Amino acid sequence: MEEVKLMKGNEAIAEASIREGVDAYFGYPITPQSEVIEYLMLEEPYKRTGMAVLQAESEIAAINMVYGAAACGKKAMTSSSSPGISLKQEGLSYIAGSELPCVVVNVVRGGPGLGTIQPSQADYFQTVKGGGHGDYRLIVLAPASVQEMSDFVEDGFNLAFKYRNPVMILSDGLIGQMMEKVKLKAQKPRLTENEIRERYGDWATLGNKSENRKIITSLELKPERQEKHNDKLQAKYREVEKNEVRYEKINCENADYLLVAYGSSARICQKTIQLGKEKGLNIGLIRPITLWPFPSKAIYEAADKVKGILAVELSAGQMVEDVRLAVNGKVKVEHFGRYGGMIHSPDEVLSALEQKIIGG
Amino acid sequence: MSEILTPEEIIKKGTLVFKKTKLMTDANLSYCPGCGHGVAHRITMEVLEEMGIAEQTIGIAPVGCSVLAYDFMNIDMQQAAHGRAPAVATGIKRVFPDKYVFTYQGDGDLAAIGTNETIHACNRGENIVIIFINNGIYGMTGGQMAPTTLAGMKSSTSPYGRDLAMTGHPIKITEMVAMLPGVCYATRQAVHKPALVRKAKKAIQKAFENQRDKKGTSIVEIVSNCNSGWKMTPVDSNVWLEENMLPVFPLGDIKG
Amino acid sequence: MTEEIIIAGFGGQGVLSMGKILAYSGIMQDKEVSWMPSYGPEMRGGTANVTVILSDERISSPVLKHYDTAIILNQQSMDKFEETVKPGGILLYDPNGILKHPTRKDINIFKIEGAAEASRMSNSKTFNMIILGAYLKIKPVVNMENVLKGLKKSLPDRHHHLIPVNEEAIKVGIEKVQSLQTV
Ligand SMILES: Cc1ncc(C[n+]2csc(CCOP(=O)(O)OP(=O)(O)O)c2C)c(N)n1
Ligand code: SF4
Ligand SMILES: [Mg+2]
Repeated sequence: MEEVKLMKGNEAIAEASIREGVDAYFGYPITPQSEVIEYLMLEEPYKRTGMAVLQAESEIAAINMVYGAAACGKKAMTSSSSPGISLKQEGLSYIAGSELPCVVVNVVRGGPGLGTIQPSQADYFQTVKGGGHGDYRLIVLAPASVQEMSDFVEDGFNLAFKYRNPVMILSDGLIGQMMEKVKLKAQKPRLTENEIRERYGDWATLGNKSENRKIITSLELKPERQEKHNDKLQAKYREVEKNEVRYEKINCENADYLLVAYGSSARICQKTIQLGKEKGLNIGLIRPITLWPFPSKAIYEAADKVKGILAVELSAGQMVEDVRLAVNGKVKVEHFGRYGGMIHSPDEVLSALEQKIIGG
Repeated sequence: MSEILTPEEIIKKGTLVFKKTKLMTDANLSYCPGCGHGVAHRITMEVLEEMGIAEQTIGIAPVGCSVLAYDFMNIDMQQAAHGRAPAVATGIKRVFPDKYVFTYQGDGDLAAIGTNETIHACNRGENIVIIFINNGIYGMTGGQMAPTTLAGMKSSTSPYGRDLAMTGHPIKITEMVAMLPGVCYATRQAVHKPALVRKAKKAIQKAFENQRDKKGTSIVEIVSNCNSGWKMTPVDSNVWLEENMLPVFPLGDIKG
Repeated sequence: MTEEIIIAGFGGQGVLSMGKILAYSGIMQDKEVSWMPSYGPEMRGGTANVTVILSDERISSPVLKHYDTAIILNQQSMDKFEETVKPGGILLYDPNGILKHPTRKDINIFKIEGAAEASRMSNSKTFNMIILGAYLKIKPVVNMENVLKGLKKSLPDRHHHLIPVNEEAIKVGIEKVQSLQTV
């Protein structure tokens, strides 16, 4: 029952959320992701599946609405772009601390501050290294196509509920605004209250007898107990690192040089590979699909076989730090990227590779 | 020779006049002796018990002295970030429209950092109950000025008394939200005297009945003392409340 | 086959929807497609452009520096995109409002009097379909049957009665496009 449509990345996220059987979406308009809530309001999923959609008064309110719904074992999500995602950091920290499942989408734009509305990948640090306060991790999926915008909604909720952890889909204005062919999944039914009780009744606040009551909190006044809680979180994160690393290798057999890029930059780099071929250069690409957990091992192993690595991202150099940690000095690792909303062309990436790695 | 009786022995003697609702846990209240929070907790739980809706109710604890409300209220509870309880309540209510949802918030939580969430939840007429403990101060963090702190009132961040020119006026947020069409019931109560406790409980009951009847947002403000923050004995703080708080925050129904 | 196209003009000329119809037509012909618009405040009455790629293979970068074809509908876009056409590539433009005509000697240049033809049809909304027709005459990357299917797909149901007039406009474009320079 797959259906092929031409859709914007943002629209694909919205449609996928309905088909995933999401219970509630809470959002606040911001370019370049407003199509998500616009699409949902137009589509009226409350009539299609009973999914609730609400325009909140702020991104802060929206993420806290997600908290409330997620704490009831419901599939809840929100989306925004960089400045709004900054506002959601407090809520994300609470959600991570309370171990609630949810999916949050960031369609990144150029910063800092109000920045620009054009595509950027400069929220990598915020997303992967914490963002909010405390020792927590988001599971981060980086779509590189409209198809993945759609697919990662389902993958995201699967991961979120498997680990009771917030999942971030880290996209950007390019993937959000472009249209591509997308194969939509069949409609999943939303879970009934009884199904939720069966699956998540051991933690969700569904209304219970006092003897069996549930509390959702991230507070633990005794530091010894808060340390224990952190141990539990850390053990969970080690499991995620062990099981959930995802990446794609493109043209890596016999490559002399390696590009590492995710999301829109990975698309651009694929063209760079073609341009390089025309010049007789053999370039490979590793595309991290999960940014956390990061495919460090794959990059470490690939480093043995190449003469140098260029990390390409729409930022002044963020993911490159993780690439360097992974490579651990085995070969030269350099960074290239336009930023502030500017997009590097495939040609620019090739010149950077020639200058910084091949020539350098 | 005085004999010390156990509670069971006292009850056996037929002197039982009050029984703690089973919707309050046996955990020791973390509130200062004489603080109004404990009474407000109890009457809220009594209402849920008497209405028979405890098992369909989800409560939300704020950030403030009542952050641990979930240790005392013996029902399903969520703990919200500072000021965000009305948004959390909205999230729950939108996925479970037929369950009962209430927030329990202090004045700093509801009328300073969470003003936006408060006003917009009320403006949407979220079908929830908001129980609002106005003690004119930030109790939990050690007695700093709150948006409801009275003119000239001393706190650790207004050590010479609240200067209205510098920090504005005590905010009457219950009157403010009463103006919104989404709010069906706005009332101001107190719990420092038995008769007032009975009235406050009736108000809370009416608020939950409104929720049952899907009427919109009900807000029950409870003007309460904070003897620690005000640096008074409990008895003095109740007198001070009567003489100083109530003229600014008069008791009674504001709407509905 | 991979065809990389930039369509650039004023907001309101139907640049984005023309790209969308082309992309949908590509899907109907079982091609991979991408459609990447410029977006933002500059679209309000300012310039708008969209990169459309049709390919038999998985599409790599949706943003490009060089194009097989540039369809240029105002002077600002001429200034910006003439130089981005690959040598041997195609530049199609509407001379209406153009003061500085293209000067490249290494590309194929075509013109279509889209605005004039649209006013002749007494329907300014047909403008972008006239341009599309002209492009398809030069580069029949998708066949007419699939273009009509694409048109139907990209128009909401309530606008389906406009399909005949759009089809008409495409035919006008096919008929009226002129070659100015071949290399
Ligand atoms: C974002 C954030 N800012 C500040 C605090 C610190 N804080 C904890 S409780 C509180 C004030 C609570 O006052 P109120 O809501 O009046 O509750 P009370 O303790 O008086 O019942 C503050 C500022 C916090 N926990 N989170
Ligand atoms: S500090 Fe004030 S509000 Fe907090 S428990 Fe003590 S008396 Fe009550
Ligand atoms: Mg207070």
